[in-house]
This record gives sequence, C-alpha cells and structure tokens, in this order.
Amino acid sequence: MNWIRQKIDQVKEPFEPGNKLEKYRPAINALDTFLFVPDHTTKKGAHIRDAVDLKRTMITVVIALIPALVFGMWNAGYQHYIQLGETPAILEAILHGAYKIVPMIVVSYGVGLGLEFAFAIMRGHEVNEGYLVTGLLIPMIMPIDIPLWMVALSVIFAVLIGKEAFGGTGMNILNPALTARAFAFFAYPTYMSGNKIWVSEASNVDSISGETILGSLAANKEIGYNTAEMFTGIIPGSISETSTLCIAAGALILILTKVGSWRIILSGLIGAAVMGLIFNALNIEGNGLTNFPWYQHIIVGGFAFGIVFMATDPVSAAQTTRGKWIYGFLIGLFGIMIRVFNPAYPEGIMLSILLLNVFAPTIDHYVIQGNVKKRQNRLQMKTVKTA
Amino acid sequence: MPTDVKIKKGLRLNLKGEATKTFEQAEKSKTIALRPANFYSLVPKMVLKEGAKLKAGDEVFFSKYSDKTRVVSPVSGTLKEVRRGAKRKILDVIIEADETQEYKDFGVMDPLKSDSSEVKERIFSTGLGILLNQRPYNVPANADDTPKAIYISAYNTAPLTGSAEFILKDRVEFFQAGINALTKLTGGIVYLGVDKQSASFLKDIENVEVLNISGPHPAGNVGTLIHETEPMNRGERVWTVNPEDVAIIGEQFKTGKYNAQRTVAVTGTSAKNRLYFKTIAGSEVKSVLKDFEDNSRIISGNVLTGEKVEADGYLNFFANELTVIPEGNEYRMFGWLPFKDNNIHSMSKTSLSWLFPKKKYEVNTNINGEERALVVTGEMEEVMPLDIFPMQLIKACMAGDIEKMESLGIYEVVPEDFALIDYTNTSKIEAQSIIRSGLDIMLTEVG
Repeated sequence: MNWIRQKIDQVKEPFEPGNKLEKYRPAINALDTFLFVPDHTTKKGAHIRDAVDLKRTMITVVIALIPALVFGMWNAGYQHYIQLGETPAILEAILHGAYKIVPMIVVSYGVGLGLEFAFAIMRGHEVNEGYLVTGLLIPMIMPIDIPLWMVALSVIFAVLIGKEAFGGTGMNILNPALTARAFAFFAYPTYMSGNKIWVSEASNVDSISGETILGSLAANKEIGYNTAEMFTGIIPGSISETSTLCIAAGALILILTKVGSWRIILSGLIGAAVMGLIFNALNIEGNGLTNFPWYQHIIVGGFAFGIVFMATDPVSAAQTTRGKWIYGFLIGLFGIMIRVFNPAYPEGIMLSILLLNVFAPTIDHYVIQGNVKKRQNRLQMKTVKTA
Repeated sequence: MPTDVKIKKGLRLNLKGEATKTFEQAEKSKTIALRPANFYSLVPKMVLKEGAKLKAGDEVFFSKYSDKTRVVSPVSGTLKEVRRGAKRKILDVIIEADETQEYKDFGVMDPLKSDSSEVKERIFSTGLGILLNQRPYNVPANADDTPKAIYISAYNTAPLTGSAEFILKDRVEFFQAGINALTKLTGGIVYLGVDKQSASFLKDIENVEVLNISGPHPAGNVGTLIHETEPMNRGERVWTVNPEDVAIIGEQFKTGKYNAQRTVAVTGTSAKNRLYFKTIAGSEVKSVLKDFEDNSRIISGNVLTGEKVEADGYLNFFANELTVIPEGNEYRMFGWLPFKDNNIHSMSKTSLSWLFPKKKYEVNTNINGEERALVVTGEMEEVMPLDIFPMQLIKACMAGDIEKMESLGIYEVVPEDFALIDYTNTSKIEAQSIIRSGLDIMLTEVG
C-alpha cells in the first residue's frame, strides 16, 4: 500500500500549489481521494470528525440502485426476446440488456463527469460526488432504445442548466436526473413516449404491442399483466423503474442507512394511496385510469422509482422535517393526479417531483416561519409583561 | 424543587483515555501567560510595563472599551514580556512567577450581608468580572449590565472532560460563597446544572435553583440549560460562570486572596499520566504534561471545543482539561466505502459503529474526508436539542444576513452548541467557526 501511495504522490507532484499544473489540482485530487481518504487533519472547530463523508453517502445510494439496475438489464433483454417469441436464459437476457445499457452509463458518466471536472477546475473547488448518483440515474430512467447522443445532450442540459447555472452541487433547485429526463421528453417526444419504445428493438417487430400498463390504461385497452407481474416488474417500461420489488430493496438500504428520508418515501406512498382511493371512490365509468386499483397505481409506472430515488434527493427536496412530510405527500398526490388527468402523457411522477422541487423552498419557508413566529411571540409577551 | 432538564437529541461520545480521579499537585509553572484571546473580543490596554513587580491580584490590563473589565495577575512575580503580533496586537503577557507567592489582600466580605452594588463593585474592581461570561455572543460580562439570570453547569457532558463535581469536592465552602456573591448580581435566579444520576453535594448548594440534567451531550451545555429554562430574547443578557471560577470568586470573598487555582484533567489516549492536576490558570503546558506520544495534538479543553496548543505553550485560561490525542495525518485506502473502518466512530448508519453504543473509541484528528457542498439534510437536527433550525442558521451566518440570523435565534447560541454538528456533518463544514463569524457580525452591528 505504501508504494502505491508513493507513486501517487510522485504523479501528483506537478499539481501541487506553486507548480505549473496547479490549476488542475481538483481533477487529480478527485482521482486520488477515490483510492485514499486524505491525510488532512482538523484545523478549526472540533478536533475530531465522524467517519462519514459525502463519498460514502453517495456510494451508498449507488449500492441501493444496483438491484434495480441489474433487474432492468435482465428485463430489457427478457422483453426483447419474448416479443420475438423466444424465452431467453437469464444470462442471455442480461447480456442483451447490458449491451444496450452499459454504453448509456458510459456516455452519461463520461460526459457528466467531464463537465463536473471542468467546472471544479474553473471554479477552483473540489469535485463533488453527487454526479456518481445522477450519472447512474439518468440512463436508468430512459427508454431502452434512446440514441446515445440524446443521453449525452440530456446530461449536458441537466448539468449546465439544471445544476451549474444555479451555482453547482447543493444549490440546484431541480433534481438533475429528472431535469435530464424532462429535457429528453420535451425535446424528443417521439423517442420518449408511445407504444413502440419500451421494449428493445420493438419497432422492428410488427404487430407486437410493447405498450406500458399506463399507456394501455390511458387508451382504455385491456392490460395483460397481473399484480404479481407488476410488482416484480416483468413488464415493459423505462429501464429500471419496472420492478417495485428491487426498488423496495433499494429503499430498504436507503432507509436503514438513513441516507434516504423515510419520511418522504412514506408520505409519498400515503399521498399516492389517498389520491388513488379518491379516484376509485369516484368510480367514473369508461375511464381505465380512475378505476385502476390504488395499490396497483403504486406499483406500476415510475412512481416507486421516483419516490424512492428522485424525491429523496436531499438538495432538491424540502429540508425541514415537517416540510419533508408535506413535500412527499404532495408528490404522491400530484403524481397520481397528473397520471389520471393528463391524456397526452400517462406517467405523472416526473412532472410531480419537478413541480414539488420548485415548491420545496416555499414549503420550508412556512415551516421555518412557524419557528420564527414562536420566537417573536416570546419577545412580545416579554415586552408586554415588562411594560 | 429541582427542575429536570431532559433532552433526547444529541450524542454521547464514549472515548478512550479518561483521567483517573486522583488529584496531583502540578509542578510549579515558571511563567504564566495571560492571553487576551482567551477573553474573546477583549482589546487590552496595559496597566503595567515590562519589568514591573506584581502580586497575585494586581491588575495587568483592562479592556479598551470598559475599564471595569480588568484582568489581574494569577501569580506574584515580574511582568517579563509583552508579546505582540501584527499591528502591535498583544498576543501574550508573560509573567515570571516568584518562588513564594504573595497575594494582594482584598479584605474579607460576606456577600449575603452586603448590598448588591457593593458586591458588584467588588467583583468588577478586583478583576473577578473577567470570570463571568455574557450571553449572547460569549464575551466577557459587561459591568454595566444586570443579567436576567446566571447559569452554572457543573455537569460537562462533552467527551473526555474534567468532572466539576470532583474538581470542587474539597472547595464546597468556597463554591457556596461564590454562589452567594453571584445571587447579588442578578435580579433573577442563579441556576446550577448537575447530573441527575449523581447524589452529590452539589444538590445541597443553597441559593440556587438546581437543574437535574439527563440526556446525551449537549445536555450539560449552558446553552441547553438556558434554552430549557428561560430562553434568550433580543436585548436580554445572561451571564454564565464555570464551576471552578465560582469557587475562585468565593475564595476571594472569604479570604481576600485571588487564588486562580485551575484543576486540569489530563485526558486522551496519547497522554501517559492521566490525572487531575492542580495548577494555576494560564500555566505552562509542560507543568502538567511531561510524557506523551509523538505525533500528537495537544488540546487545551475538550476534543469538541478546545484550543490547539503547543507542548511548550500555555494552558487556556478557562479550560479544565488538557486532551492529547494522535494526529490523524495518515492515508486510509478506500476508507470511504460504507461499513469499512468500523473502528472509527460514526453517528451515521453507513458504519457499523452504531451497533456498539457502549464501546469506547480511540479518536484522532483526521477529517475522514474533505469539505463538500451542503447536501445531506436532517442530520444536523439530530444533534441539536435547541428549538432552532441549525442548517438555516448556519447559512444565514455564512450570508451575514443580520435579520435572518436574528429571526432564526442567533442570540440563543454560541459556537459550542454547534460542536457536535462540526463533528457529525457529512459535508465537513466548520459549523462552530461559521457561527462565531455570525456572532461577530451581530456583536459589531447590534451589540
């Protein structure tokens, strides 16, 4: 281990302050700190520090994403083969999925991290680890056949306009991964919706329908899947959002490690259930989406993935405890509402989260105002008493 | 009737290297340093010149802004040197101590039988005023104020700290006399925080309202006690006193002598002789610490709020402990992986250390990461028992937004209330120094 360290120190030499490559220090530091936790000691404040850091937190999210990612690969291959009338072996299915998905991940990380490094060098700060999660999330929520250049453009838009324009990590208002998806969705609608995009290479096969459940419901067609299939996720959809089971496993990791807010996840589920129950109670005839059972609303479409991995992004979510309850609940509520009322686009969770991202600071403002009011009242009481 | 102060939010850090509860007389310190930096915001004006002879209790310097804020010499001897820094700022005033100590005689006074104005006059004219701290801002008390209450916390919940109960056990009489004097300074109550679990003599102290403290750190912080009893409002003043300083005040009233005895618990895994040393405030570090490991950090105070000092430097005037822990200037390969290096304590559930809440940890000064943007939310609240939004207040301080700081409760906090946030936050931001800078802005703009 020591000789590795010495080698790295040698490589880093020209980047040290005062040397000619000093400007590029954040880039080399980012690579170095992935091998070694630096030898920095405390200078101000408390002399000792907790073992946790942002790298550890972000890697935990990446680990939580792995079940959904692997399942997404398998499902992409499986859906592809069954439309051809074949039943693939597990490995065969995963290989087909990986063949499609791995290049997307490479493009997403390559372009996104390139930009992150460039901004870190330009602004002279260290590279933030947030993109490790964002860069994996972006391919996971795209349709399987999306061209790689669209992934690259979406990433550029998300990082530049969604994040850096607002001041970089920690300052962005919208969730960057969803910003990327929203960009692709509005810029290239033919690649992002319809009934031929959800199964790998479906457009080459005639007369086979690879429609999503929500798509079928919006068109008032019969759906050919049962609840168990919806829950395990052996259905067409965006790459990693289909399996509620694998997402639940990820959610468990996030909640147990306290990296994700259980409050947002739980209140989101409650919000969705409430809206679903309201629609079920209305019992409107001839509308497949309103009569779709509320518990199935929760397990189909991107709802589960959105509420677990997107809504819990701490930067764009509400920051106060009470705010998180309100924020999560409204995401669930609006998610199902948009899904049912928007005929052009059957899935509402993306728009719902982006909408609440915008309102999160307002929610926090009113929660904090409660605390400020308490303080003012205390002062007022005091002044009245002494007067 | 004693009041209970019970908090749930916080963190009890169990660290290795506690001091054994045995007193030992420290070696006599040849020189003593009075450092204006120990009395935050005080700008000194010297009374004596270098070479002057003085007795213990003689005035050495006073505040440029109030001649009633005086700092007197803890020892008799010769004013050896006034060390100055940039712009001739006074850094240290070094006093060479005599072999045998001579004390200035202030005369005996029974505070209970005296007028409050007499007691106040005595405290501030004889230099005891510097032992009183003012909230808000955590600065020396102003003689022209009458605080709404006075707080003493005799239960330090921070890790590796000296036990006030043990330090005071043979000075109960002086402590009581000090309390009696303090009651004359306020129109309100003198509060004394004690450990609820212990059945100590502190619970029988008279003329105070005893607060029975229970819960994790920062339960014993004065800020927590104030918040749980009479929260601070804008324009109010509260004074706080360290328990041992109460005894120093009491002794001066009872005997007429200013005996600035400071008991220092030497703690931390890198210190070899971990005992309670009796010395004089501002003594040389080497008078209490001889034997310690190489590559260590010496902290005058505790690991959360203490001040870094050198082995040939001087003790912080107020600190009751000297903590010596290893410097953590080592690389750790892949140390950022979750559930790796579980021997390093973490409050986060991404380490297995939470499974062993009773385990005692060895700590060093490694940051365990690098500073990052504020991303994670909700974690600061877990160690903040005060009814305050810590992250929002920190951001207001960073922005220097006076109105926002005020509405979010800046008057109710001092840096030490944010020490656990320093320790636990994922982004490794320096919460204490940010709060200090916010307080500095308030101090100059609002006062």
